[in-house]
Amino acid sequence: MAKKVAFMQGNEAAAHGALYAGCKFFAGYPITPSTEVAEVMSAELPKVGGKFIQMEDEIGAMSAVIGAALTGAKALTSTSGPGLSLKQEIIGYGCITEVPCVIVNVMRGGPSTGMPTGPSQSDVMCAKWGTHGDHPAICLVPASVQELFEETIRAFNLAEKYRTPVMIMPDEIVGHMRERIVFPEPGEIEVINRTTPSVSPEQYKPYDTKFGDVPPLAAFGSDYRFHVTGLNKMEDGFPTTKASIVQAEEERQVRKVEANADDIIKYEEYMLDDAEVVVVAFGSTSRSARFAVNEARKQGIKAGLFRLITFWPFPEKQILALSKKVKAFITPEMNLGMCTEVVKGCVAGNAPVHGIFRVDGEPINPDQIVDKMKEVK
Amino acid sequence: MAFDYDKYIRPGKLPHIWCPGCGHGIVMKGLIRAIDALGFEKNNTAIVSGIGCASRLPGYMDCCTLHTAHGRAAAFATGVKMAKPEMNVICVGGDGDGTAIGGNHFIHACRRNINITYIIMNNKIYGMTGGQFSPATPTGAKASTTPYGNPDPPFDIAKLAIGAGATFVARGTAYHATQIDKLIVEAIQHKGFSVVEILDDCPTTYGRRNKYKSVIEMMNELKDIAVPVKAAEKMTPEQLKGKVLTGVLYKEEKPEYTAEYAKVIERAKGAAK
Ligand SMILES: Cc1ncc(C[n+]2csc(CCOP(=O)(O)OP(=O)(O)O)c2C)c(N)n1
Ligand code: SF4
Repeated sequence: MAKKVAFMQGNEAAAHGALYAGCKFFAGYPITPSTEVAEVMSAELPKVGGKFIQMEDEIGAMSAVIGAALTGAKALTSTSGPGLSLKQEIIGYGCITEVPCVIVNVMRGGPSTGMPTGPSQSDVMCAKWGTHGDHPAICLVPASVQELFEETIRAFNLAEKYRTPVMIMPDEIVGHMRERIVFPEPGEIEVINRTTPSVSPEQYKPYDTKFGDVPPLAAFGSDYRFHVTGLNKMEDGFPTTKASIVQAEEERQVRKVEANADDIIKYEEYMLDDAEVVVVAFGSTSRSARFAVNEARKQGIKAGLFRLITFWPFPEKQILALSKKVKAFITPEMNLGMCTEVVKGCVAGNAPVHGIFRVDGEPINPDQIVDKMKEVK
Repeated sequence: MAFDYDKYIRPGKLPHIWCPGCGHGIVMKGLIRAIDALGFEKNNTAIVSGIGCASRLPGYMDCCTLHTAHGRAAAFATGVKMAKPEMNVICVGGDGDGTAIGGNHFIHACRRNINITYIIMNNKIYGMTGGQFSPATPTGAKASTTPYGNPDPPFDIAKLAIGAGATFVARGTAYHATQIDKLIVEAIQHKGFSVVEILDDCPTTYGRRNKYKSVIEMMNELKDIAVPVKAAEKMTPEQLKGKVLTGVLYKEEKPEYTAEYAKVIERAKGAAK
């Protein structure tokens, strides 16, 4: 049977990816350029018996998402810059309480109201450092409509597998572009569900490390009842200030993601075998970068592309390895150097890192990148 | 036989954090009697709070308990209730938690008329953080951040709830302890968003600063100012000055949110055929 093919917008594809992953709850608050995710969910969720609610603000939306996720539902919210800032306290709550959920953040210019309809890539630091305190961070940065669909499924899988909020951050261009998309059949892409307890309700502890760094999570309204708090907690979910427990729990929460970085990190290598100048890029910028690499090759420059698909955890190992064999890195991005700083940290001085930054609401075009290649090669 | 509160208290989680003379414990006992009277299954009952002394209540209760972030109880509870409408969902928290930082979620939960009962323990102050004024602190009162007397006018929380669309609103006091469970039972049985405001006391951060000599004096004040709605009908505005009405203040039947959403699902499924 021929597969279902459509011409679809990125944001719509994110919503359909969530539905494919089994999402049954959405809470959000309208904001450009992410609103289409909410609109599709409002139409599609009730058809499958799911629930959609438009909340009074983004804090409420994030809160409702975590409440719903605790009943066992796969839950989603979508937003953009200002809304992401508002959600941050509750994202931290999701991290410390270890509740799986997914946040689609379509990046627009900032800070503050910034440029609501202009593309940007300036929220990637907010994905890791936006909420206070040490916490795990997973952030995916797709570059096409097809990839936004598939990475949204992966975002749910990672959230469920590692019991933590996961962010997926298309830039406005990826969120709003329309492309051909081929839908996988049900079952074709793996869908992961959280591990539920195997012990009896009497023995159940929501943070029981006997089961490893990602303890099973029961659902409210099942045979299990338990306590959830944003205070530092013990295995049984109750607050504690005992130094050794707080230290161990904080470390475990971060470790469960960091130690599994290889499972979470996804990237694409393009023409890297003999590359001397390597572009590290993500989202729509990586499309310009691929074009630039092709152009440069025609002009005799040995260029290549390292395309980030996972932004956090960052592929530190891979960039470090590359830095030992290339002459220079170029990091084009629609912000004032966020990814560039991270890459500089990874290369440990082995190679220079040249940023190309744009925050004027215009995409970075291939010529800019080719010019930079000529300059640094 | 004495009522067995232990049936609903989580083993090993007492003593509680509340100060001697704090009214919050009286409210918790009322809630326990109400849950018992309703015969609720613990596994099917979620108790959701924000942050504050009052919001520590869920930790002591042997149910599905969710101690969220400051002000967000109504929003988390909305997620729980929407995702599992068959669960009994009860919010508890303080006046500051519910009507300052959480005011937006509170009024919108009222407006939606979602079948949740919200119990506000109104001690007129931010107890947990040491006695800063709240939106319920009377004008002129002393708080740690109103050393010259409070310039702010307070909310009437019950009126706020009625104005925002809650379909059941009641008020009691910690002095009238035996009325608390009855009000909560009636609130929970009501289909829609119900609010029970319990006036209680914070001797530690409000009483001391405002020259109350003892907890007894604070309790006696609650006794003196409370006027049951029925009795108030026969009183003149003069006589009602400085009093607060207690009992069921408002009740109205209106479509409930999760039931309305069930209809949305029906319509969507119909349209999909
Ligand atoms: C976002 C945020 N802001 C401020 C605080 C600090 N805080 C904790 S409890 C509280 C006030 C609680 O007062 P209330 O809700 O009236 O309850 P009470 O302690 O009096 O029972 C405040 C301001 C916080 N925890 N989180
Ligand atoms: S500080 Fe006030 S509100 Fe908090 S426990 Fe003590 S008496 Fe109760």
